[in-house]
Amino acid sequence: MKQAFEKVVARHGTTVLRVCRALLGVHDADDAWSETFLSAMRAYPDLPDTANVEAWLVTIARRKAIDVHRAAKRTPLTIEALPEAPTNLGIPGADDTNLWDAVAKLPDKQRQAITFRYLAGMSHAEIAAILGGTVDAARRAAADGLNNLRKNYPGAHPKGASS
Amino acid sequence: MSDIRPDDDTLSVLSAPIDPDTLARLHARLVRDAEANGLVDVAYTTIDSPVGKLLLAATPKGLVRVAYANEDHDRVLETLAQKISPRVLRAPRRLDDAAREIDEYFDRRRKAFDLPLDLSLSHGFRQLVQRHLPEIGYGQTRSYRQVAELVGNPKAVRAVGTACATNPLPVVVPCHRVLRADGALGGYIGGLDAKTTLLNLEAAA
Repeated sequence: MKQAFEKVVARHGTTVLRVCRALLGVHDADDAWSETFLSAMRAYPDLPDTANVEAWLVTIARRKAIDVHRAAKRTPLTIEALPEAPTNLGIPGADDTNLWDAVAKLPDKQRQAITFRYLAGMSHAEIAAILGGTVDAARRAAADGLNNLRKNYPGAHPKGASS
Repeated sequence: MSDIRPDDDTLSVLSAPIDPDTLARLHARLVRDAEANGLVDVAYTTIDSPVGKLLLAATPKGLVRVAYANEDHDRVLETLAQKISPRVLRAPRRLDDAAREIDEYFDRRRKAFDLPLDLSLSHGFRQLVQRHLPEIGYGQTRSYRQVAELVGNPKAVRAVGTACATNPLPVVVPCHRVLRADGALGGYIGGLDAKTTLLNLEAAA
């Protein structure tokens, strides 16, 4: 049974904004978010009732973000204002602060590839489109990043959880 | 964290807190864009009233639903999504007129509503009854039997009861003015307290 679209916005709005920010930076993320939900609202009545709504929204957000990238031919991830350091607030689906600290310490390409791949669920081809370089290079960056994480972050215990 | 370069620090962007103001601003923009593109099939808002929080919903045709809190507003929205369209947004501006008239009614400054109504949530005899209910004037009451006679079907007393009980537009379509023949309240979608409040309000005016 399909929910009122308002509930979809309330439930997934934050995640979609994080994905848009990951792909575009804070400044352009608002536009991509708006385009995403407008387009989603248009198509919503035809979405099968069994569909995974969040995955569907992230797919639309990715497409919108890539459109923005292509239109602007911009360097990826140029943003105007940045927080000083990662906070441990609200990474979707994870209170694994330590893990994100470990991700933060990866070299740039690896960190971006990991984030795009595992947060935004992008394909290696899509990552290559944003980071520049070949699909193979994107795949290697994600794989190297994952290997580094495995070395530096052997257990997935969230910070503060006593074992 | 000294090795984080501020130029392209994806993770900082990702983990930056998203404040409620940002989401409220984006929501307002979505409502504007969706209205401009004709995508809001059902707009709704909630208002406070002496009979509790009321949900008001409208299609482009007019006010389609008034719901009491005891009907569970989330379930009401689900039903609207199923029966009318899932393109439902909290878009209060489309309900401005309805909210204002209902406020005036509860302030005893209004005795009749002149809002465009969308009766598409009810059909057949029920809709016929609901169309006639506004003929019962402010401060007056009728019995279920009298309403049956009013709509030209004097034997359909029970069906009139059902039509009143399923009125999608309580307060605005005055099913609260229909009582049992012996003067007892009968039922009410918003509960008997709400029915009493409305009748007392109109009696005192």
